[in-house]
Amino acid sequence: MSESKGWPLWEVFVRSKQGLNHKHVGSLRASDATMAIKNARDVYTRRAEGISIWVVPSNNITASDPSEEDSLFEPSQTKVYRHPTFYDVPDGISHM
Amino acid sequence: MKDLNISKLEAIFQQKIDDDVKIEPNDWMPDAYRKSLIRQISQHAHSEVVGMLPEGNWITRAPNLRRKAVLLAKVQDEAGHGLYLYSAAETLGADREKTIDDLHSGKAKYSSIFNYPTLTWADMGAIGWLVDGAAIMNQVPLCRCSYGPYARAMIRVCKEESFHQRQGFEVINKLAEGTIEQKEMAQDALNRFWWPALMMFGPSDDDSSHTEQSMRWKIKRNTNDELRQMFVDVTVPQAESIGLKVPDPHLKWNEEKECYDFGPIDWDEFWQVVGGNGPCNKERVDARRKAKEDGKWVVEAAMAFANKRNAKKTA
Repeated sequence: MSESKGWPLWEVFVRSKQGLNHKHVGSLRASDATMAIKNARDVYTRRAEGISIWVVPSNNITASDPSEEDSLFEPSQTKVYRHPTFYDVPDGISHM
Repeated sequence: MKDLNISKLEAIFQQKIDDDVKIEPNDWMPDAYRKSLIRQISQHAHSEVVGMLPEGNWITRAPNLRRKAVLLAKVQDEAGHGLYLYSAAETLGADREKTIDDLHSGKAKYSSIFNYPTLTWADMGAIGWLVDGAAIMNQVPLCRCSYGPYARAMIRVCKEESFHQRQGFEVINKLAEGTIEQKEMAQDALNRFWWPALMMFGPSDDDSSHTEQSMRWKIKRNTNDELRQMFVDVTVPQAESIGLKVPDPHLKWNEEKECYDFGPIDWDEFWQVVGGNGPCNKERVDARRKAKEDGKWVVEAAMAFANKRNAKKTA
């Protein structure tokens, strides 16, 4: 995981249209945030893929550890009663 | 104890692959998987970047403004593809500068097709039609590659490549329906690029050292020979439809197998070009090296400017 001597790495997020959230599309290298936005425009939105861009220095991102996947996400998998389909509703009941 | 751990991790990893669960950057993966991917993705990135050179050669001499704008957009796409791929390689821990230095020192390879010269305007047609066509054939299955960032980059690339192939076919088609000289020019480009395009799929399955393991890891989804056959089968009718002749006396439709039989590939030529002795190997690598050296001051100046501004902000 050595660091290049060149420009720092940035993660790029693009909002494809008004009303949708920004979505991670990839990364790129740039000397500063202004250049990162410009480069992201050229690299990730050449065909009207976006109307708004976020760039974040990659080393500012904290990620969950894949080896802790079970302890982090298992609790949400075992609580089926959090889903509406868990409950019995008699036939003939509507609007529910 | 540690060995036991590794073999357990390997089993979990292979299970994920077998279940078509994508591998993501922070997941555990065998060293050889990581190395193999870094090799393949960085070679792929280099191919995109070096691939700009044969076409860049014609931007200033495109026959009209429409063709020029198209070629410029296409070459810009290739730069973009290179960047997606270098980023994907970096997610595996590859150092971008080192990766590029390996290209410049000749340690890393790139697609042998770009070591052939582009002598006439018709070559822009042949490259889009055949070279991008072959690249699409290779890349579509890679959209299902087991490594997430590579697969995602490929989806993006494939969306863009189809414009590349169509614009190339348009160029060659226009020439093929033009004057006698123009038609000859189109035929000549097909003659020169046909065999190198077939070689783009790499050595035949019997001689491909990486295929078996790569298929098991789902880095590769089809063998070289399968993809080559698919390419021949779709491309031959395209050539016929515009009145051009594929330069292969052995080419014949095989009724029984429902595919084309084609003549032997000159593997000596392939290995010569891969080994650095193609018509333009030196020129291509020199051009990349010069680009890096000449641009070095820009990279440094931009970084110095950013550092200075950050220092002011924090002061």
